[in-house]
Amino acid sequence: METGTSRVKRGMAEMQKGGVIMDVMNAEQAKIAEAAGATAVMALERVPSDIRAAGGVARMADPTIVEEVMKVVSIPVMAKARIGHYVEAKVLESLGVDYIDESEVLTPADEVYHIDKNEFTIPFVCGAKDLGEALRRIGEGAAMLRTKGEPGTGNIVEAVRHMRLINSQIRKVQNLSKDELYAEAKNLGVSYDILIGVHETGKLPVVNFAAGGIATPADAALMMHLGADGVFVGSGIFKSDSPEKFARAIVEATTHYTDYTLIAQISKNLGTPMKGIDIAKLDPSERMQDRGW
Amino acid sequence: MKIGVLALQGAVAEHIRSLESAGAEAVAIKWPEQLHDLDGLVIPGGESTTIGKLMRKYQFVEPIQMFAKQGKPLFGTCAGLIILAKHILGNQGQEEPHLGLMDIEVRRNAFGRQRESFEASLAVKGIDEPVTAVFIRAPLIEAVHGDVEVLSTVNDEIVLARQGHLLACSFHPELTEDKRLHQYFIEMVEESKKRLSV
Repeated sequence: METGTSRVKRGMAEMQKGGVIMDVMNAEQAKIAEAAGATAVMALERVPSDIRAAGGVARMADPTIVEEVMKVVSIPVMAKARIGHYVEAKVLESLGVDYIDESEVLTPADEVYHIDKNEFTIPFVCGAKDLGEALRRIGEGAAMLRTKGEPGTGNIVEAVRHMRLINSQIRKVQNLSKDELYAEAKNLGVSYDILIGVHETGKLPVVNFAAGGIATPADAALMMHLGADGVFVGSGIFKSDSPEKFARAIVEATTHYTDYTLIAQISKNLGTPMKGIDIAKLDPSERMQDRGW
Repeated sequence: MKIGVLALQGAVAEHIRSLESAGAEAVAIKWPEQLHDLDGLVIPGGESTTIGKLMRKYQFVEPIQMFAKQGKPLFGTCAGLIILAKHILGNQGQEEPHLGLMDIEVRRNAFGRQRESFEASLAVKGIDEPVTAVFIRAPLIEAVHGDVEVLSTVNDEIVLARQGHLLACSFHPELTEDKRLHQYFIEMVEESKKRLSV
């Protein structure tokens, strides 16, 4: 019996496919998320939009919150560590969380190196906005990817940009000749061995979810339409008017993302989604997607 | 022969790939109406609470129970095993069964959390060489009743069982290149087709 193998880590993400992973800040919200059909919850001290509003340094959540959430739900529990913060990740692993998000939503702890995720038993998910980032994270051991989007804005435009870019870069790599791949590996800043896999299969070797700005059922369905394997919803649920309704509707829209009559039905009388932010009005220093490299 | 994979959430594409590479026609099932021209159905791994809720919401429970009653084979892997079971034990005790078809008692997350997830090599009754099995926050079968046959164990715990036309395992055959368990299920479907056409 062998634990922490790449198949076990990546397989865990495969089991999340077609599902919705929801940010929660306490036990009560975790129960709402589970009852609505979330496939996992992300235990946090504050959702991204609150982190954005509060400013200052955002760190790993208080372990009490993580444990409280783990106690009340039977679905997997994820938690965020700062980029490059090896010890926060080890602490989360010791708590027994099921997945660690090395996340740009928190203030990075290291401006050069990400965590060496290969040496952990529990799997990691990381954000990416292009194929280079995606494959670098996989090289470091990430077992699942997600678009970065622009967290906490309720604005889907950046997640759309990242998903489209990654997919079009994959198509390009697929069509390169073998000798061109060496230069492309250099251009992208990734290992040739990982790139050749993408060239041969036409896809990433791990699951890729959409994240960052999903606020409505239609947003979730749009990301699925663009090729996401599932969605993360951060502030979109518990910053909306009626979290239960939004949570249930987003789950349904993700399952049946091509059934527009159904999406119309579940979008009725949902109340007000979270208030959004125009990305162009964000100060460059406030862009979370530029954290990580 | 046409085998469906319940496509509400989870490792749907992996099962379709495994079934196709083992020589069957496989389709994703999103609505109960799609069940009627199937010869067999796979309930994939995923989150059993999510799949169970969506099955109720889209009125899959009765149609799948009818499907099983006709003698058409079902194969549940991991979450699918939980969905098939008559008795489910969770952290908070006894849970409401989903389809309640198979005479087995299942404990959810029986091996622990993701940290404890593992792969192992298993001896399987009816298959010659050992099978590599990937266990992810896996359930296990604590007890079997009636005519349920145990096909494989890990440390004396039951992880693969069959009851007539129902097959269930606590691991993920769809995550490896090994097609033998899918082939085993396809043979079950062929047998039932023959039986049903008589």
